[in-house]
Amino acid sequence: MSPTTLYGLCGAALVGIGLYGLLTEPRLLRKIIAFNLVGSGVFLLFGVVARRGADAGLGGDPVPQALVITGIVVAFSATALAVALLLRLHETGGGVTLDDEADSPAADRSTP
Amino acid sequence: MTPLTEVLAAGPPAGGGWLVAAIAWPVIALLLVIAGGERNAARVGVLALPVGFAIAVKVALDVAGAGRLAYHVGGWAPPLGIALQADGLSAAMLLVTAVVTSGASIYALADFGPPRAGQSGRTTLAFWASLLGAWAALNLAFLGNDLFNLYVALELLTFAAVPLVCLDGSAATLKAALRYLLYALVGSVLYLLGAVLLYGAYGTLDMGLLAQAVRPEPAAWAAAGLMTAGLLAKTALFPLHLWLPPAHAGAPPAASAVLSALVVKGSFFIVLRLWFDALPGLATAAAMQLVGLLGAGAILYGSALALRQQRLKLLVAYSTVAQIGYLFLVFPLAFDASAGQLVAGAALTGGLLQAVSHALAKAAMFMSAGLIAVAFGHDRIAELGGLARARPASLLAFALAGVSLVGLPPSGGFAAKWLLLSAAVATGQWWWAAVIVTGGLLTGAYLVLVLLRALAEPAASAAPLQPVAAWRETVPLVLALLAVLMGLAGVLP
Repeated sequence: MSPTTLYGLCGAALVGIGLYGLLTEPRLLRKIIAFNLVGSGVFLLFGVVARRGADAGLGGDPVPQALVITGIVVAFSATALAVALLLRLHETGGGVTLDDEADSPAADRSTP
Repeated sequence: MTPLTEVLAAGPPAGGGWLVAAIAWPVIALLLVIAGGERNAARVGVLALPVGFAIAVKVALDVAGAGRLAYHVGGWAPPLGIALQADGLSAAMLLVTAVVTSGASIYALADFGPPRAGQSGRTTLAFWASLLGAWAALNLAFLGNDLFNLYVALELLTFAAVPLVCLDGSAATLKAALRYLLYALVGSVLYLLGAVLLYGAYGTLDMGLLAQAVRPEPAAWAAAGLMTAGLLAKTALFPLHLWLPPAHAGAPPAASAVLSALVVKGSFFIVLRLWFDALPGLATAAAMQLVGLLGAGAILYGSALALRQQRLKLLVAYSTVAQIGYLFLVFPLAFDASAGQLVAGAALTGGLLQAVSHALAKAAMFMSAGLIAVAFGHDRIAELGGLARARPASLLAFALAGVSLVGLPPSGGFAAKWLLLSAAVATGQWWWAAVIVTGGLLTGAYLVLVLLRALAEPAASAAPLQPVAAWRETVPLVLALLAVLMGLAGVLP
C-alpha cells in the first residue's frame, strides 16, 4: 500500500468516525469535537490530493495546501463560535444538549 | 496550461470592478460598524445601505446591458486565479438582497436603533455587524465562480446568520442557533469534501473549466452527491429542515426576515450554479426526480405542519419550509431527457422568480407578524381577534404577502408557479403539476385560517393593544406590494 493510499484511507476513517459521532452523541461538546474530526479527515484528503503535483515532477501541488490553511481557519472559527454559544447556553441554564426533555437540573450543573 | 505571460497579457475582462465593490462594500461597512462601537452601530449601518443598494443597481444595469460580467481577481485568469461573474440570475438575487436588507434595516431601527442612555448596545452592535456580514456573504455566493470561494461564502453566511438567530440570548434561541450551526457546519464540510474530490479528479475549482472537464464517473458522482447533500442541509430542504422553524421563529422579526428571505437562498443559489453551470453533464433523470421528490415532500409536509401551528411566527417559518420545496422542483422540470442534461429555460426562470418573490413576501410576512406580536403582546393565532380593526395595515401586508405565497395573479408567486406548471405540462411530468396545485391550496388554507381569526371580533377579555409606530407598518407593506406587483414586470432574464 502506497503512503498516499494510506493517508487517503486515514482521512476517510476520520470522516466516518466524525459523522458517526455527530449523529449519535447527544452532548454538544462531543458533537463539536466530532465535527472537527470530519474536518481533519477532509483536510487530510486535501493533502493526498496535493500529491497529484508530485506526479508532474513538482514537489507537490500548492493549491490544495493553500486551501487547507483557509479551511483550518474556517473550522477554527466555527469551533470557537460553537463553543461560545455552548458556554452561553450552559450559563443561561439551558443544559449541554439539544434535547429539551433530557435536561434535568442535574444535567444543567454538569460541565459542558 | 496557458503560459503565465499570456495569462498576464490577456488582462482582466473590462467592467467587472463593480462586482468587487458589491462584495467589498458590506465588509467595509461591517468594519466601520465595529469601529464605530455600540453607540454608532445603527447610524453607520443605515448610512451604508444606500451605497450598497446603488452598487447592486449598477451591477444589475451593467448585466442588463452586457448580458454577463466577469472579473479576474488580481488579474489572474482561472485556473491560476479566481473569477467573479454575474449573469441575470446573480443580478436578480443581488437586487432582491439589497431590497430586503434595506427594508429589514429600516424596520430594525425601532428594535436596534441607537441605544438610549444607560442601555447596553451589545445586541445592536451584533445585529448590524451580522446583517452586513450576511449581506457580504450573500453577494459573494451570488457572484463567486470558484467552488472554494463559494465554500468561504457559505461559511461566512453561516457565521453571520447564527448570531442573528440568538440575539435575545435566551436558552431556547441559543439551542436553535446551535442546532442551526451544527447542521450548517456538517453541510459545508460535506460540500468541501465534494470540492476536494473534484479538484483531485480534474485539477480545477473554476465552474466554467469544470463544466468542460467533468465526465460521468464515480469521483464526479460522489462529489456531486456530497456537495448537493451538504447544500440541501443548509437550505433546509425536507427532510433536513428540522433546524429551520425554531431558528427562524425565535429570532427578532427583522432578523427572521433576512434569515428566511435571503440566507436560505444563498445555498440554494449555489446548488443551481453547481448543477446548471459546473456539472451540467452529470444530471440524470433519476437524480433529478429524487431532488424533486424531496421538494414535493417539503411542500406537502411543510404546508401540513403550517396548518397545525398555534403560533403565528412558527406558521410563517413552516411556510418557508414549504416554499423552499418549490425551488427544488426546478431540477426535474429543467431536465431535458432527450439531451440528458439540465437546460436553462422556463423552469429555471420560474425557480428564480419563486426565490425572488418568496424573499419579498416572506420578509414582509415576518415583519408584519412581528408587528402583530408587538401589538398583541403574543402571537397566538387563536387570540388574534380584532386585528383587522386595530391594525389594518399590518394585516394587509400579511395578506398581500400571502397572495404571492399562494400564487394568485398578478403576484410574483403566481408568475413563478405558472412557469413551473407550464414546464411540468410541457415535459409531461403531471405529478409535479399536481404537487404545485396541492401546495397552493394548502398554503391558501393556512393563510385563510389566520385571516379568519384576524377578522373576528376581539374576545371580551382581550387586553388593549399596544401602539405600533405607523412607519414600521409601511416597510412590510412596501415589500408585500413589490411581491404582488412583480408578476406584472414579466420581463426578467
